[in-house]
Amino acid sequence: MKPFDILIVGAGIVGSAVARECALIGWRVGVIEGGTPAGGATAAGMGHVVVMDDSPAQLALTAFSRSLWQRDSGKLPKSVEYETCGTIWVAADDEEMVEVHARREVYEEAGVETRVLTAAALANKEPNLRRGLAGGLLVPGDGVVYPPAAAAFYLAEARRLGAEFFQARAMSASQGQVLLSDGVSLVADRIVLAVGTECDLLPSLPIQKRKGHLVITDRYPGFLHHQLVELGYLKSAHKIADDSVAFNIQPRQTGQLLLGSSRQYGNEGPEAEPEMLRRMIDRAKQYMPGLENLSVLRVWTGFRAATFDKLPLIGPAAGLSEDRSLWLAAGFEGLGITNAPGAARLLVDAMLGRKSAIDAEPYLPARLMEPARLAHA
Amino acid sequence: MRETFPVTINGATRQIARGTTVAVAMLLAEQPCRLSVSGEPRGALCGMGICFECRAVVNGIPHRRTCQILCEQDMTVETNR
Repeated sequence: MKPFDILIVGAGIVGSAVARECALIGWRVGVIEGGTPAGGATAAGMGHVVVMDDSPAQLALTAFSRSLWQRDSGKLPKSVEYETCGTIWVAADDEEMVEVHARREVYEEAGVETRVLTAAALANKEPNLRRGLAGGLLVPGDGVVYPPAAAAFYLAEARRLGAEFFQARAMSASQGQVLLSDGVSLVADRIVLAVGTECDLLPSLPIQKRKGHLVITDRYPGFLHHQLVELGYLKSAHKIADDSVAFNIQPRQTGQLLLGSSRQYGNEGPEAEPEMLRRMIDRAKQYMPGLENLSVLRVWTGFRAATFDKLPLIGPAAGLSEDRSLWLAAGFEGLGITNAPGAARLLVDAMLGRKSAIDAEPYLPARLMEPARLAHA
Repeated sequence: MRETFPVTINGATRQIARGTTVAVAMLLAEQPCRLSVSGEPRGALCGMGICFECRAVVNGIPHRRTCQILCEQDMTVETNR
């Protein structure tokens, strides 16, 4: 069989975005998926396309990726439900308002438009928030997508451009060869692991599962207009030891409300936990008391692929593997949907030796090689 | 003759017999219980609270299963949009 230029293991949103990027430059692309495409970490994501400023490198990657979403927005099919609803970071008290102003400066420096909302302006934009909140920071360019449909769009684009899709489990991937569960063996110059939380192909992948719960309501058009996230979110999202919940709610095009978020380490069971759901919903009701009267249709859980330094692994697997054919696009934790298009671009730039729009060094997997990991622990 | 009382369905008031479910009242009034995501009219299907097709706005509360609710005097019912 004629070798591929690239084989991508994993047809989640990241693998599919990489496939499209590679097909666009005319490469012969193979995509391998053992489960339901976009059924892993992608299905666990809310689909919030968001600029995050928790580190300069995360800010650079999210801002770059968001610009790619915005540029693609005209091409996205209706099923992707792309909507530029904006994010409002909600400040509960004056202390958090100080944080609002600090973040505004960071965003401004990065060229990301924001607007500070007073308490009255916040109440005006989201009347279902409780009174007495201090204000917020509106990031109008942020948006929302439906992640499985977005991944399906990338994969369909790649296939339209000639990529081949293999519905089989990759049993091994090394030295430019991928062995599939149906006995087929594929050969390529490069292999990309876009495997979400599944690390069997490269056990040295420094990825931990971080469990999350999601809740979706029936349709309540007009109840909510922006994605709302409590400003304390970063504090809770960064806690590593304890289970945490934060208020994070998203309006869907259907009028449904998607409610997050919970974060748990060390719990690898997929079952929905009533205690975590109760904490999550109670937290949300502290911000939006009217949620009390809405009906929930479904709850589910999923796993984020977390790394020690909260940054993804994008680039050659050097440092984690001796195998020079292996590349990584993994470990996106809660930002895989946002960062998929940017990561795909950085990865292909690195493969071609092309200069990237942003500095790709902070995401190189080699930073998390064993000695560095010990230093982090 | 059974006792009747007024119920307002999508703005029009009509007399409904005691013991009538809201789903049946909407059927009598020829009004859809709800509109689907794509805007299609929907009405009661299973009639026993399982299928959720008969949801409507009852006394201002959306997504009530009308096949499980009896009409009451001066109730207002609207198509769930």
